[in-house]
Amino acid sequence: MKIDLTDTNSSKINSGLIEARRAIGAGAVGMVLTLVIVTDEGSAYDALKAAGEASREHPSRILAVISRPGRSPRARAEARLDAEIRVGSDAGTGETVLLRLHGELASQAQSVVLPLLLPDAPVVVWWPENAPENPARDPLGALAQRRITDAVSAESPVAQLATRALTYSPGDTDLAWTRITPWRSMLAAALDQRHVKVESAVVEGESYNPSAELLALWLASRLDIKVERVVTDGPGLTTVRLRTAGGDITLDRSDGLLAKLSMPEQPDRMVALKRRETSELIAEELRRLDPDDIYATSVKYGVEKLHQDGPEHETVDAADPEPAPAPIPAAPVASATRTKAVPKAAAAAPDAAKDAPAKPSGRKSASS
Amino acid sequence: MSEEAQSVLEEETGVVNAWLNPLRDPADRRLPRIAGPSGLVIFGVTGDLSRKKLMPAVYDLANRGLLPPGFSLIGFARRDWEDEDFAQVVHDSVKEHARTPFREEVWQQLAKGMRFVQGEFVDNDAFEKLRETIEELDKAQGTGGNFAFYLSVPPKFFPQVVEQLKAHGLADPPKGSWRRAVIEKPFGHDLASATELNRVVHSVFPRDEVFRIDHYLGKETVQNILALRFANAMFEPIWNRSYVDHVQITMAEDIGIGGRAGYYDGIGSARDVIQNHLLQLMALTAIEEPASFHPKALVAEKLKVLSAVKIPKDLGLHTVRGQYTHGWQGGEEVLGYLEEEGIDPKSTTDTYAAVKLEINNRRWAGVPFYLRTGKRLGRRVTEIAVVFQRAPYLPFDSSATEELGQNALVIRVQPDEGVTMRFGSKVPGTSMEVRDVSMDFAYGESFTESSPEAYERLILDVLLGDANLFPRHQEVEESWKILDPIEEYWDKHGKPAPYESGTWGPAEADEMLARDGRSWRRP
Repeated sequence: MKIDLTDTNSSKINSGLIEARRAIGAGAVGMVLTLVIVTDEGSAYDALKAAGEASREHPSRILAVISRPGRSPRARAEARLDAEIRVGSDAGTGETVLLRLHGELASQAQSVVLPLLLPDAPVVVWWPENAPENPARDPLGALAQRRITDAVSAESPVAQLATRALTYSPGDTDLAWTRITPWRSMLAAALDQRHVKVESAVVEGESYNPSAELLALWLASRLDIKVERVVTDGPGLTTVRLRTAGGDITLDRSDGLLAKLSMPEQPDRMVALKRRETSELIAEELRRLDPDDIYATSVKYGVEKLHQDGPEHETVDAADPEPAPAPIPAAPVASATRTKAVPKAAAAAPDAAKDAPAKPSGRKSASS
Repeated sequence: MSEEAQSVLEEETGVVNAWLNPLRDPADRRLPRIAGPSGLVIFGVTGDLSRKKLMPAVYDLANRGLLPPGFSLIGFARRDWEDEDFAQVVHDSVKEHARTPFREEVWQQLAKGMRFVQGEFVDNDAFEKLRETIEELDKAQGTGGNFAFYLSVPPKFFPQVVEQLKAHGLADPPKGSWRRAVIEKPFGHDLASATELNRVVHSVFPRDEVFRIDHYLGKETVQNILALRFANAMFEPIWNRSYVDHVQITMAEDIGIGGRAGYYDGIGSARDVIQNHLLQLMALTAIEEPASFHPKALVAEKLKVLSAVKIPKDLGLHTVRGQYTHGWQGGEEVLGYLEEEGIDPKSTTDTYAAVKLEINNRRWAGVPFYLRTGKRLGRRVTEIAVVFQRAPYLPFDSSATEELGQNALVIRVQPDEGVTMRFGSKVPGTSMEVRDVSMDFAYGESFTESSPEAYERLILDVLLGDANLFPRHQEVEESWKILDPIEEYWDKHGKPAPYESGTWGPAEADEMLARDGRSWRRP
């Protein structure tokens, strides 16, 4: 059932929610958290759809905060709150409220959201795009235990990762990190089976995909090794190669669905490694609401190195004029296409992204 | 890896310089526990259990990314099938029964490791072929010699199958690998047969490598009993004889014996259900806090409770068995037990059993535990109801509390998993009147809509070698020690009380509780 409230306030919305629940005959149901989605009209639909599906696993009150600051000075001066309440089959398993914040109110969203949070339940804020520089300092982010950003939506994903590292506070997490959980678990499982020291590693994947950087950072921080980042055509991540004395451990996925795990002295094996929907990512995020220390270590790892090795590496890139146009997955050691240790890749990123954003397979590692 | 972690690991495993995977970290809780390289061999793979539960569970595990790459599944049965026929059967049963959506790439990953071995249990060639298949899979799929043998066959074949496994060297793991046996209930039909079965199985597989499936222990709600009791502060203080009046544990089925006449007749509901499921539920409800969740710590506490169980002196007054008769159940006309096909019309097998047990320890002395189970009862339900004593004094008019019952905490094991609390509340209005209300926690509302199936959890635990959710052989033997005297008494005295299908059991069961001044809950 849907209720539209125009020019309203939080307490009217609260009564609206109770009324809507009564009308469909359901009592206060066991919702486990409040999910605040900060978005605009453009991406609200997709985000709500994903959150609605995730709510099948985590019944929640979903508050979509949609800013409409207005273009004209007159529109900006008028502050108004419109709300749309959805309960029952229209809203997954919980309740959904779309909050449209007009004019000046757009910058005061926390005043609307605070009274609508479920009592005593955790709060999660998700910015599908346009996340603030410092999520924990954001007025809405400050209300939450968990703040979900998505570096992939940024203009320069790698620069975004650097920002995330700088402003990290416990409870921050990024969907680029969530996306690589299956990769990480498969690589960990591979090392469960083969007890060897990894000497170095290569991560290959399409450009503008911060997941590849994060995976490389994670490997570098856990294994204390050099990790190269190679740009390929994708989709998403394509190959991870762990170099060991006995040979390479390779996890290779060219079609975004089914991967091949190759290990020395063992037959190649197929592994289902599907690229997941946003709803599945959100569901995974909501499963644990405590700070993700491993993410923190990984994302920060690059930033420290970034300041050390940064400038040095740009020169290396520039001096390497002849790399083949496409990546060379067949030659593991050949780093012809601007293979570079991750920290450097990340370091070069901010500038490089500005330079050549449109050439994914270019030799400038910036975009990786 | 930190030195501290390394030393802890060495302490736990007793191996110096044990491998600690640098990619794993206890803080990294996104990474699931994935089983190591391994395979599963199912005997009796054409059976119902295998098609409806095991195969879908294997697929669901693969779909959730919890199976190792190269995981292999070998079916063993009498049918004359090729690998492809077998794969087709698995495919169909997965499509029909799996909990998670069907995905082609997951299927492809699984299908590569599927093999079928045709043969009888006496057939030496078949077991030789099984051995070759396992060796072939070690090469082709990298299963590393780790195999679990799931005996989804009638218990009379257990000795035969394990002997064959031994004879063909299948029970001996190559160095650095494991071989495990998984067996389903019934674990014998009395103490003597259970001990014998344990002896046979343990003569082939080491004790720690034998996994007894009691699928109830794989259920989220059952695992939640421990969380409810030991993770919270508000229940444990009243979880004792000072506050608890009695406990009722019920497992009711609405179906009859179906096609299981051959198995069921002569076994009966007490052996089928009370000996394993209900006594396990009782043990979890009653145990003291284990020192840790290490399997050994948990089993030690469960054994203490089971060995402290006292059966009533007069079994005639405090146990009841029944048999369903012709009647109407949920709008359908159904046959009585004695009219079912394949049942001896003079059979005295119980299809309903209720017993009163007490636990002789400081916490529970004097608190009766009423266990009941039956077929063709009102509806399908399993629950544990902890019923509390009445308030010592009620400062209200007697008329005000007329409708107030005893407080109760009910753990709903299935269906509609959750926890209910019943307590008195004032009825809105000008006069003081107190009536029972319930407060509900439902899994379906607060957590994922579909919890993993019990078999998913249990199969994964077998592959991981985690024995926490499996009853150990001592528990099985202790349970039979409780049930044997009752069965003996029933054999010598009287016969099952008839009850109409679709009701909540024979009148004798109600009388049994009435004698103690109590009554059964309607679940």
